[in-house]
Amino acid sequence: MAVIRVELPAHLRALAHIDEEVQLDVREPVTQRTVLDALEAGHPAVTGTIRDHVTGRRRPYLRFYACREDLSHHSPDAPLPDAVISGKEPLLIIGAIAGG
Amino acid sequence: MAKVRVLVGTKKGAFILTADGKRSRWKVSGPHFGGWEVYHLKGSPVNPECLYTSQSLDWFGQVIQRSDDGGKTWGQPGTPPGESVTPKEGMPQGRSNKFVYDESAATGKPLTTHQWYDGTPHPWEFKRVWHLEPSLSDPDTVYAGVEDAALFQSTDGGESWQELPGLRGHATASQWAPGAGGLCLHTILQDPDRHRMFIAISAAGVFRSGDDGKTWQPANQGLHSNYMPDPTAEIGHCVHRIAMHPSRPDVLFMQKHWDVMRSDNAGDSWYEISGDLPSDFGFPIEVHPHEPDTVYVIPITSDSEHYPPEGKLRVYRSRTGGNEWEPLTKGLPQQDCYVNVLRDATAVDTLEPCGLYFGTTGGQVYASADEGGSWTPIIQNLPRVLSVEVQTWR
Repeated sequence: MAVIRVELPAHLRALAHIDEEVQLDVREPVTQRTVLDALEAGHPAVTGTIRDHVTGRRRPYLRFYACREDLSHHSPDAPLPDAVISGKEPLLIIGAIAGG
Repeated sequence: MAKVRVLVGTKKGAFILTADGKRSRWKVSGPHFGGWEVYHLKGSPVNPECLYTSQSLDWFGQVIQRSDDGGKTWGQPGTPPGESVTPKEGMPQGRSNKFVYDESAATGKPLTTHQWYDGTPHPWEFKRVWHLEPSLSDPDTVYAGVEDAALFQSTDGGESWQELPGLRGHATASQWAPGAGGLCLHTILQDPDRHRMFIAISAAGVFRSGDDGKTWQPANQGLHSNYMPDPTAEIGHCVHRIAMHPSRPDVLFMQKHWDVMRSDNAGDSWYEISGDLPSDFGFPIEVHPHEPDTVYVIPITSDSEHYPPEGKLRVYRSRTGGNEWEPLTKGLPQQDCYVNVLRDATAVDTLEPCGLYFGTTGGQVYASADEGGSWTPIIQNLPRVLSVEVQTWR
Protein backbone atom coordinates (compact mmCIF):
# COMPACT_ATOMS: atom_id res chain seq x y z
CA MET A 1 0.00 0.00 0.00
CA ALA A 2 1.45 3.35 -1.05
CA VAL A 3 0.54 6.75 0.37
CA ILE A 4 -0.13 9.01 -2.59
CA ARG A 5 -0.39 12.79 -2.43
CA VAL A 6 -2.98 14.41 -4.70
CA GLU A 7 -3.61 18.10 -5.28
CA LEU A 8 -7.12 19.00 -6.45
CA PRO A 9 -8.48 22.16 -8.08
CA ALA A 10 -10.08 24.62 -5.67
CA HIS A 11 -13.63 23.82 -6.78
CA LEU A 12 -13.16 20.13 -6.01
CA ARG A 13 -11.50 20.84 -2.67
CA ALA A 14 -14.59 22.86 -1.78
CA LEU A 15 -16.91 20.05 -2.87
CA ALA A 16 -15.00 17.50 -0.81
CA HIS A 17 -14.45 19.85 2.13
CA ILE A 18 -10.68 19.47 1.79
CA ASP A 19 -8.36 22.32 2.76
CA GLU A 20 -5.07 21.13 1.35
CA GLU A 21 -3.67 18.20 -0.58
CA VAL A 22 -5.17 14.75 -0.10
CA GLN A 23 -3.19 11.75 1.09
CA LEU A 24 -4.58 8.46 -0.14
CA ASP A 25 -3.75 4.87 0.65
CA VAL A 26 -3.52 3.22 -2.75
CA ARG A 27 -3.03 -0.46 -3.46
CA GLU A 28 -0.37 -1.26 -6.04
CA PRO A 29 -0.09 -0.93 -8.92
CA VAL A 30 -0.28 2.83 -8.44
CA THR A 31 -1.84 4.22 -11.61
CA GLN A 32 -4.14 7.08 -12.52
CA ARG A 33 -7.03 4.65 -12.29
CA THR A 34 -6.18 3.23 -8.86
CA VAL A 35 -5.48 6.69 -7.44
CA LEU A 36 -8.80 8.02 -8.71
CA ASP A 37 -10.58 4.92 -7.42
CA ALA A 38 -9.14 5.61 -3.97
CA LEU A 39 -9.95 9.31 -4.20
CA GLU A 40 -13.58 8.65 -5.12
CA ALA A 41 -13.95 5.99 -2.47
CA GLY A 42 -12.70 8.31 0.25
CA HIS A 43 -14.34 11.46 -1.08
CA PRO A 44 -17.48 10.46 -3.00
CA ALA A 45 -18.48 14.11 -3.41
CA VAL A 46 -15.98 14.38 -6.27
CA THR A 47 -17.08 11.20 -8.01
CA GLY A 48 -17.78 11.97 -11.64
CA THR A 49 -16.12 15.37 -11.56
CA ILE A 50 -12.68 14.22 -12.75
CA ARG A 51 -13.69 11.36 -15.01
CA ASP A 52 -17.05 10.96 -16.66
CA HIS A 53 -19.60 8.83 -14.81
CA VAL A 54 -20.39 6.73 -17.85
CA THR A 55 -17.25 6.55 -19.97
CA GLY A 56 -14.77 6.69 -17.10
CA ARG A 57 -12.60 8.98 -19.21
CA ARG A 58 -10.80 12.06 -17.92
CA ARG A 59 -12.92 15.17 -18.42
CA PRO A 60 -11.45 17.13 -21.31
CA TYR A 61 -10.82 20.33 -19.35
CA LEU A 62 -8.76 18.55 -16.70
CA ARG A 63 -5.10 17.58 -16.90
CA PHE A 64 -2.89 15.28 -14.82
CA TYR A 65 0.64 16.50 -14.09
CA ALA A 66 3.47 15.11 -11.95
CA CYS A 67 7.20 15.63 -11.76
CA ARG A 68 7.00 18.42 -14.36
CA GLU A 69 5.43 16.03 -16.86
CA ASP A 70 2.01 16.00 -18.47
CA LEU A 71 0.54 12.56 -17.80
CA SER A 72 -2.89 13.40 -19.19
CA HIS A 73 -2.56 11.23 -22.25
CA HIS A 74 -0.82 8.33 -20.60
CA SER A 75 -2.78 5.15 -20.18
CA PRO A 76 -4.90 5.23 -17.01
CA ASP A 77 -3.34 1.89 -16.17
CA ALA A 78 0.28 2.97 -16.61
CA PRO A 79 2.30 3.16 -13.39
CA LEU A 80 2.75 6.67 -12.04
CA PRO A 81 6.31 8.03 -11.66
CA ASP A 82 8.38 6.61 -8.81
CA ALA A 83 8.50 10.00 -7.09
CA VAL A 84 4.70 9.97 -6.89
CA ILE A 85 4.59 6.40 -5.62
CA SER A 86 7.18 7.18 -2.95
CA GLY A 87 5.24 10.25 -1.84
CA LYS A 88 8.01 12.65 -2.75
CA GLU A 89 5.89 14.36 -5.41
CA PRO A 90 2.11 14.88 -5.63
CA LEU A 91 -0.14 14.01 -8.54
CA LEU A 92 -1.53 17.34 -9.69
CA ILE A 93 -5.07 17.49 -11.07
CA ILE A 94 -5.30 20.81 -12.87
CA GLY A 95 -8.20 22.64 -14.49
CA ALA A 96 -7.29 23.80 -17.98
CA ILE A 97 -6.89 27.55 -18.25
CA ALA A 98 -9.85 28.32 -20.46
CA GLY A 99 -12.52 30.95 -20.18
CA GLY A 100 -12.71 33.72 -17.63
CA MET B 1 -46.16 37.79 8.85
CA ALA B 2 -45.38 36.04 5.60
CA LYS B 3 -41.81 35.24 4.67
CA VAL B 4 -40.36 35.44 1.19
CA ARG B 5 -37.26 33.74 -0.16
CA VAL B 6 -35.91 34.49 -3.64
CA LEU B 7 -33.53 31.91 -5.09
CA VAL B 8 -31.16 33.27 -7.71
CA GLY B 9 -28.93 31.11 -9.90
CA THR B 10 -26.10 32.89 -11.69
CA LYS B 11 -23.12 32.24 -13.92
CA LYS B 12 -20.85 32.24 -10.85
CA GLY B 13 -22.90 30.88 -7.98
CA ALA B 14 -26.25 31.07 -6.19
CA PHE B 15 -27.70 33.79 -4.01
CA ILE B 16 -30.62 33.69 -1.60
CA LEU B 17 -32.54 36.84 -0.79
CA THR B 18 -35.01 36.92 2.07
CA ALA B 19 -37.61 39.42 3.23
CA ASP B 20 -40.86 39.62 5.11
CA GLY B 21 -44.22 39.94 3.40
CA LYS B 22 -43.75 43.67 2.79
CA ARG B 23 -40.91 42.74 0.43
CA SER B 24 -39.15 46.05 0.99
CA ARG B 25 -35.97 45.11 2.89
CA TRP B 26 -33.89 42.22 1.62
CA LYS B 27 -31.13 40.23 3.22
CA VAL B 28 -28.61 38.59 0.89
CA SER B 29 -26.92 35.25 1.43
CA GLY B 30 -24.23 33.99 -0.93
CA PRO B 31 -22.50 33.28 -3.10
CA HIS B 32 -23.27 29.62 -2.59
CA PHE B 33 -21.21 27.29 -4.82
CA GLY B 34 -19.06 30.28 -5.79
CA GLY B 35 -17.58 30.02 -9.28
CA TRP B 36 -20.03 27.35 -10.46
CA GLU B 37 -22.74 27.92 -13.02
CA VAL B 38 -26.00 27.49 -11.15
CA TYR B 39 -28.60 26.95 -13.83
CA HIS B 40 -31.44 26.49 -11.38
CA LEU B 41 -32.42 26.08 -7.77
CA LYS B 42 -35.91 25.51 -6.52
CA GLY B 43 -37.72 24.63 -3.31
CA SER B 44 -40.25 21.93 -2.62
CA PRO B 45 -43.84 23.24 -2.56
CA VAL B 46 -44.48 20.72 0.22
CA ASN B 47 -41.52 21.61 2.43
CA PRO B 48 -40.08 25.09 1.74
CA GLU B 49 -36.94 24.28 3.71
CA CYS B 50 -36.07 21.60 1.16
CA LEU B 51 -34.18 23.13 -1.76
CA TYR B 52 -32.54 21.50 -4.75
CA THR B 53 -29.85 23.08 -6.88
CA SER B 54 -28.10 22.28 -10.14
CA GLN B 55 -24.48 23.44 -10.36
CA SER B 56 -22.22 22.62 -13.27
CA LEU B 57 -18.99 23.57 -14.95
CA ASP B 58 -17.45 22.42 -18.20
CA TRP B 59 -14.43 21.34 -16.16
CA PHE B 60 -16.17 19.13 -13.61
CA GLY B 61 -19.59 18.25 -15.00
CA GLN B 62 -22.83 18.17 -13.06
CA VAL B 63 -23.35 18.36 -9.30
CA ILE B 64 -26.71 18.23 -7.52
CA GLN B 65 -26.99 19.63 -4.02
CA ARG B 66 -29.83 19.68 -1.54
CA SER B 67 -30.53 21.79 1.51
CA ASP B 68 -32.94 20.86 4.28
CA ASP B 69 -32.65 24.16 6.14
CA GLY B 70 -33.70 26.69 3.53
CA GLY B 71 -30.25 27.11 2.02
CA LYS B 72 -28.16 27.61 5.16
CA THR B 73 -26.27 24.37 4.56
CA TRP B 74 -25.98 22.16 1.50
CA GLY B 75 -24.87 18.67 0.70
CA GLN B 76 -24.86 16.18 -2.11
CA PRO B 77 -27.81 13.85 -1.47
CA GLY B 78 -26.54 10.61 -0.02
CA THR B 79 -23.08 12.01 0.71
CA PRO B 80 -22.65 13.48 4.19
CA PRO B 81 -20.84 16.82 3.89
CA GLY B 82 -17.24 16.91 4.99
CA GLU B 83 -16.98 13.24 5.78
CA SER B 84 -14.99 10.58 4.09
CA VAL B 85 -17.22 7.64 3.42
CA THR B 86 -15.98 4.11 3.31
CA PRO B 87 -17.94 2.59 0.47
CA LYS B 88 -19.83 -0.61 0.96
CA GLU B 89 -18.80 -3.38 -1.34
CA GLY B 90 -20.32 -2.83 -4.73
CA MET B 91 -22.05 0.35 -3.64
CA PRO B 92 -22.04 2.93 -6.45
CA GLN B 93 -20.70 6.29 -5.37
CA GLY B 94 -21.65 9.80 -6.37
CA ARG B 95 -25.00 8.63 -7.64
CA SER B 96 -26.61 12.00 -7.01
CA ASN B 97 -24.60 13.49 -9.87
CA LYS B 98 -25.07 10.60 -12.23
CA PHE B 99 -27.49 11.08 -15.12
CA VAL B 100 -27.35 8.11 -17.45
CA TYR B 101 -29.64 7.81 -20.45
CA ASP B 102 -31.82 4.72 -20.35
CA GLU B 103 -30.68 2.24 -22.96
CA SER B 104 -32.38 -0.76 -21.43
CA ALA B 105 -34.06 -3.29 -23.63
CA ALA B 106 -37.06 -3.22 -21.32
CA THR B 107 -38.04 0.24 -22.47
CA GLY B 108 -37.72 -0.72 -26.09
CA LYS B 109 -36.08 2.63 -26.70
CA PRO B 110 -32.40 2.16 -27.37
CA LEU B 111 -30.26 5.25 -27.50
CA THR B 112 -30.26 6.76 -30.96
CA THR B 113 -29.05 10.09 -32.25
CA HIS B 114 -30.59 13.53 -32.51
CA GLN B 115 -29.89 16.13 -35.15
CA TRP B 116 -26.91 18.43 -34.85
CA TYR B 117 -27.05 22.09 -35.92
CA ASP B 118 -26.07 21.12 -39.46
CA GLY B 119 -28.73 18.42 -39.71
CA THR B 120 -26.36 15.48 -39.28
CA PRO B 121 -26.96 12.75 -36.67
CA HIS B 122 -25.31 13.43 -33.32
CA PRO B 123 -25.02 11.09 -30.33
CA TRP B 124 -26.87 11.96 -27.15
CA GLU B 125 -24.49 13.40 -24.59
CA PHE B 126 -25.47 14.47 -21.09
CA LYS B 127 -24.19 17.97 -20.41
CA ARG B 128 -26.09 19.50 -17.50
CA VAL B 129 -29.35 19.87 -15.63
CA TRP B 130 -31.17 22.98 -16.78
CA HIS B 131 -34.22 22.80 -14.56
CA LEU B 132 -35.26 21.07 -11.35
CA GLU B 133 -38.96 20.70 -10.62
CA PRO B 134 -39.84 19.32 -7.19
CA SER B 135 -43.02 17.30 -6.93
CA LEU B 136 -46.19 19.06 -5.78
CA SER B 137 -46.85 16.35 -3.21
CA ASP B 138 -43.58 14.73 -2.09
CA PRO B 139 -40.40 16.63 -1.13
CA ASP B 140 -38.24 13.62 -2.03
CA THR B 141 -39.54 13.42 -5.58
CA VAL B 142 -38.05 15.83 -8.07
CA TYR B 143 -37.85 16.02 -11.85
CA ALA B 144 -34.82 17.21 -13.80
CA GLY B 145 -34.83 18.58 -17.33
CA VAL B 146 -31.43 18.07 -18.88
CA GLU B 147 -29.26 18.78 -21.93
CA ASP B 148 -29.17 16.80 -24.24
CA ALA B 149 -32.92 16.85 -23.84
CA ALA B 150 -34.35 14.23 -21.53
CA LEU B 151 -36.47 14.04 -18.40
CA PHE B 152 -35.11 12.40 -15.26
CA GLN B 153 -36.80 11.66 -11.96
CA SER B 154 -35.54 11.07 -8.44
CA THR B 155 -37.79 9.56 -5.79
CA ASP B 156 -35.17 9.43 -3.06
CA GLY B 157 -34.48 13.08 -2.47
CA GLY B 158 -31.94 13.41 -5.26
CA GLU B 159 -29.72 10.48 -4.25
CA SER B 160 -30.26 8.75 -7.58
CA TRP B 161 -31.81 9.64 -10.91
CA GLN B 162 -33.63 7.57 -13.49
CA GLU B 163 -34.64 8.70 -16.93
CA LEU B 164 -38.32 8.68 -17.87
CA PRO B 165 -37.40 7.18 -21.21
CA GLY B 166 -40.72 7.45 -22.96
CA LEU B 167 -40.00 11.07 -23.85
CA ARG B 168 -36.61 10.68 -25.51
CA GLY B 169 -37.84 7.41 -26.92
CA HIS B 170 -40.55 9.19 -28.87
CA ALA B 171 -40.42 8.41 -32.57
CA THR B 172 -39.51 11.99 -33.42
CA ALA B 173 -36.47 12.20 -31.11
CA SER B 174 -33.97 11.53 -33.87
CA GLN B 175 -35.21 14.76 -35.50
CA TRP B 176 -34.82 16.98 -32.43
CA ALA B 177 -32.18 19.65 -32.91
CA PRO B 178 -30.55 22.07 -30.48
CA GLY B 179 -31.36 25.74 -30.16
CA ALA B 180 -28.57 28.26 -29.69
CA GLY B 181 -28.23 27.28 -26.05
CA GLY B 182 -28.16 23.55 -26.71
CA LEU B 183 -30.77 20.79 -26.92
CA CYS B 184 -32.26 21.48 -23.52
CA LEU B 185 -35.37 20.42 -21.66
CA HIS B 186 -36.06 23.62 -19.72
CA THR B 187 -39.70 23.62 -18.63
CA ILE B 188 -41.64 21.05 -16.59
CA LEU B 189 -45.28 21.65 -15.65
CA GLN B 190 -47.18 19.25 -13.40
CA ASP B 191 -50.92 18.58 -13.36
CA PRO B 192 -51.07 15.58 -11.03
CA ASP B 193 -54.88 15.51 -10.69
CA ARG B 194 -55.05 14.45 -14.32
CA HIS B 195 -51.75 12.52 -14.25
CA ARG B 196 -50.59 15.07 -16.81
CA MET B 197 -47.23 16.66 -17.38
CA PHE B 198 -46.04 19.14 -19.96
CA ILE B 199 -42.44 19.72 -20.90
CA ALA B 200 -40.77 22.02 -23.40
CA ILE B 201 -37.55 21.50 -25.33
CA SER B 202 -35.49 23.94 -27.36
CA ALA B 203 -35.76 23.26 -30.21
CA ALA B 204 -38.22 20.39 -30.37
CA GLY B 205 -41.32 21.96 -28.86
CA VAL B 206 -43.95 21.00 -26.28
CA PHE B 207 -44.69 17.41 -25.29
CA ARG B 208 -47.58 16.22 -23.13
CA SER B 209 -47.95 13.11 -21.05
CA GLY B 210 -51.25 11.80 -19.71
CA ASP B 211 -49.76 8.99 -17.66
CA ASP B 212 -47.35 10.74 -15.27
CA GLY B 213 -44.50 10.82 -17.73
CA LYS B 214 -44.52 7.29 -19.10
CA THR B 215 -45.56 8.16 -22.65
CA TRP B 216 -45.51 11.45 -24.49
CA GLN B 217 -47.01 13.14 -27.51
CA PRO B 218 -46.00 16.37 -29.26
CA ALA B 219 -48.38 19.26 -28.58
CA ASN B 220 -47.37 21.86 -31.15
CA GLN B 221 -50.31 22.22 -33.51
CA GLY B 222 -50.80 25.87 -34.42
CA LEU B 223 -47.18 26.86 -33.92
CA HIS B 224 -45.48 28.48 -36.90
CA SER B 225 -41.69 28.76 -37.09
CA ASN B 226 -40.13 30.23 -40.20
CA TYR B 227 -36.67 28.79 -39.49
CA MET B 228 -37.96 25.27 -40.21
CA PRO B 229 -38.30 23.68 -43.66
CA ASP B 230 -41.94 23.05 -42.81
CA PRO B 231 -42.95 25.95 -40.54
CA THR B 232 -45.89 24.03 -39.08
CA ALA B 233 -44.15 20.68 -38.57
CA GLU B 234 -45.11 18.47 -35.65
CA ILE B 235 -41.77 19.08 -33.89
CA GLY B 236 -38.80 21.40 -34.18
CA HIS B 237 -40.24 24.59 -32.69
CA CYS B 238 -38.01 26.59 -30.36
CA VAL B 239 -40.37 27.00 -27.43
CA HIS B 240 -38.73 29.22 -24.85
CA ARG B 241 -41.16 28.79 -21.99
CA ILE B 242 -44.68 27.64 -21.15
CA ALA B 243 -46.78 28.56 -18.12
CA MET B 244 -50.02 27.37 -16.59
CA HIS B 245 -52.31 28.46 -13.77
CA PRO B 246 -52.98 25.45 -11.51
CA SER B 247 -56.69 26.24 -11.27
CA ARG B 248 -57.08 26.10 -15.04
CA PRO B 249 -54.66 23.47 -16.32
CA ASP B 250 -56.15 23.26 -19.80
CA VAL B 251 -55.01 26.82 -20.51
CA LEU B 252 -51.35 27.16 -21.39
CA PHE B 253 -49.35 30.23 -22.29
CA MET B 254 -46.16 30.13 -24.36
CA GLN B 255 -43.29 32.44 -25.18
CA LYS B 256 -41.82 31.00 -28.35
CA HIS B 257 -38.64 32.01 -30.16
CA TRP B 258 -40.97 34.41 -31.95
CA ASP B 259 -44.68 34.67 -31.01
CA VAL B 260 -46.58 34.62 -27.74
CA MET B 261 -49.11 31.78 -27.90
CA ARG B 262 -52.03 30.34 -25.97
CA SER B 263 -53.78 26.99 -25.85
CA ASP B 264 -57.23 26.47 -24.35
CA ASN B 265 -57.22 22.70 -24.77
CA ALA B 266 -54.10 21.54 -22.93
CA GLY B 267 -51.86 21.90 -25.93
CA ASP B 268 -54.05 20.22 -28.55
CA SER B 269 -53.82 23.46 -30.51
CA TRP B 270 -52.30 26.92 -30.06
CA TYR B 271 -53.20 30.40 -31.27
CA GLU B 272 -51.22 33.61 -31.23
CA ILE B 273 -51.84 36.30 -28.60
CA SER B 274 -48.89 38.60 -29.32
CA GLY B 275 -51.35 41.43 -30.12
CA ASP B 276 -49.85 44.87 -29.56
CA LEU B 277 -46.53 43.86 -28.02
CA PRO B 278 -43.55 45.87 -29.32
CA SER B 279 -41.80 42.55 -30.06
CA ASP B 280 -43.11 39.03 -29.70
CA PHE B 281 -39.62 37.62 -29.20
CA GLY B 282 -38.63 36.90 -25.63
CA PHE B 283 -37.82 34.16 -23.18
CA PRO B 284 -39.95 33.99 -19.98
CA ILE B 285 -43.71 34.04 -19.49
CA GLU B 286 -45.60 34.02 -16.19
CA VAL B 287 -49.22 33.76 -15.07
CA HIS B 288 -50.60 35.83 -12.19
CA PRO B 289 -51.11 33.52 -9.20
CA HIS B 290 -54.63 34.78 -8.46
CA GLU B 291 -55.85 35.87 -11.90
CA PRO B 292 -55.56 33.06 -14.47
CA ASP B 293 -56.07 35.46 -17.38
CA THR B 294 -53.32 37.86 -16.34
CA VAL B 295 -50.05 37.10 -18.07
CA TYR B 296 -46.61 38.72 -18.05
CA VAL B 297 -43.87 38.74 -20.71
CA ILE B 298 -40.65 40.70 -21.21
CA PRO B 299 -40.21 41.54 -24.90
CA ILE B 300 -36.74 41.33 -26.42
CA THR B 301 -35.84 42.99 -29.70
CA SER B 302 -35.13 39.95 -31.86
CA ASP B 303 -33.39 36.61 -32.10
CA SER B 304 -30.20 38.39 -33.12
CA GLU B 305 -30.52 41.32 -30.69
CA HIS B 306 -31.07 39.91 -27.23
CA TYR B 307 -31.92 43.18 -25.46
CA PRO B 308 -35.10 45.19 -24.90
CA PRO B 309 -36.59 47.21 -27.77
CA GLU B 310 -35.40 50.84 -27.76
CA GLY B 311 -33.17 50.16 -24.78
CA LYS B 312 -36.22 50.27 -22.50
CA LEU B 313 -36.66 47.44 -20.03
CA ARG B 314 -40.40 46.83 -19.93
CA VAL B 315 -42.52 44.07 -18.47
CA TYR B 316 -45.78 43.72 -20.37
CA ARG B 317 -48.95 42.57 -18.70
CA SER B 318 -52.16 41.35 -20.28
CA ARG B 319 -55.25 41.17 -18.09
CA THR B 320 -57.28 39.69 -20.94
CA GLY B 321 -55.42 36.46 -21.51
CA GLY B 322 -53.37 37.98 -24.32
CA ASN B 323 -53.53 40.31 -27.32
CA GLU B 324 -53.98 43.49 -25.25
CA TRP B 325 -50.80 44.35 -23.39
CA GLU B 326 -49.75 47.24 -21.15
CA PRO B 327 -46.15 48.21 -20.43
CA LEU B 328 -45.04 48.20 -16.80
CA THR B 329 -42.09 50.57 -16.53
CA LYS B 330 -42.12 52.31 -13.15
CA GLY B 331 -38.72 51.76 -11.55
CA LEU B 332 -37.23 50.01 -14.59
CA PRO B 333 -34.52 51.64 -16.75
CA GLN B 334 -36.12 53.36 -19.72
CA GLN B 335 -33.02 54.29 -21.63
CA ASP B 336 -29.72 52.67 -22.57
CA CYS B 337 -30.67 49.28 -21.15
CA TYR B 338 -29.33 46.30 -23.10
CA VAL B 339 -29.70 43.34 -20.78
CA ASN B 340 -31.59 40.14 -21.46
CA VAL B 341 -33.93 38.16 -19.20
CA LEU B 342 -33.48 34.42 -19.63
CA ARG B 343 -36.27 31.84 -19.71
CA ASP B 344 -35.95 30.64 -16.12
CA ALA B 345 -35.21 34.07 -14.66
CA THR B 346 -38.72 35.22 -13.68
CA ALA B 347 -40.96 34.22 -10.79
CA VAL B 348 -44.22 35.20 -9.11
CA ASP B 349 -45.08 34.84 -5.46
CA THR B 350 -48.50 33.99 -4.07
CA LEU B 351 -48.98 36.87 -1.62
CA GLU B 352 -51.76 39.44 -1.92
CA PRO B 353 -50.97 41.55 -3.88
CA CYS B 354 -48.69 39.18 -5.70
CA GLY B 355 -45.00 39.89 -6.16
CA LEU B 356 -43.02 39.51 -9.35
CA TYR B 357 -39.29 39.02 -9.74
CA PHE B 358 -36.86 38.83 -12.60
CA GLY B 359 -33.11 38.70 -13.02
CA THR B 360 -31.08 40.06 -15.90
CA THR B 361 -27.94 39.11 -17.74
CA GLY B 362 -26.51 42.33 -16.30
CA GLY B 363 -26.79 41.00 -12.75
CA GLN B 364 -29.79 42.92 -11.47
CA VAL B 365 -32.75 41.30 -9.78
CA TYR B 366 -35.87 43.46 -9.92
CA ALA B 367 -38.88 42.93 -7.68
CA SER B 368 -42.40 44.28 -7.66
CA ALA B 369 -44.62 43.96 -4.59
CA ASP B 370 -47.67 45.33 -6.40
CA GLU B 371 -48.32 42.97 -9.31
CA GLY B 372 -45.86 44.76 -11.56
CA GLY B 373 -47.09 48.30 -10.94
CA SER B 374 -43.68 49.41 -9.68
CA TRP B 375 -40.25 47.84 -9.54
CA THR B 376 -37.14 48.04 -7.39
CA PRO B 377 -33.75 46.43 -7.91
CA ILE B 378 -33.31 44.27 -4.82
CA ILE B 379 -29.71 43.44 -5.78
CA GLN B 380 -27.74 44.98 -8.62
CA ASN B 381 -24.29 43.61 -9.21
CA LEU B 382 -24.56 39.86 -9.46
CA PRO B 383 -23.05 37.75 -12.21
CA ARG B 384 -25.29 36.99 -15.19
CA VAL B 385 -28.59 35.75 -13.74
CA LEU B 386 -29.65 32.37 -15.08
CA SER B 387 -32.68 31.62 -12.92
CA VAL B 388 -35.00 33.15 -10.33
CA GLU B 389 -37.50 31.33 -8.13
CA VAL B 390 -39.52 32.55 -5.16
CA GLN B 391 -41.01 30.86 -2.11
CA THR B 392 -43.51 32.25 0.37
CA TRP B 393 -44.73 30.82 3.64
CA ARG B 394 -45.98 31.88 7.07
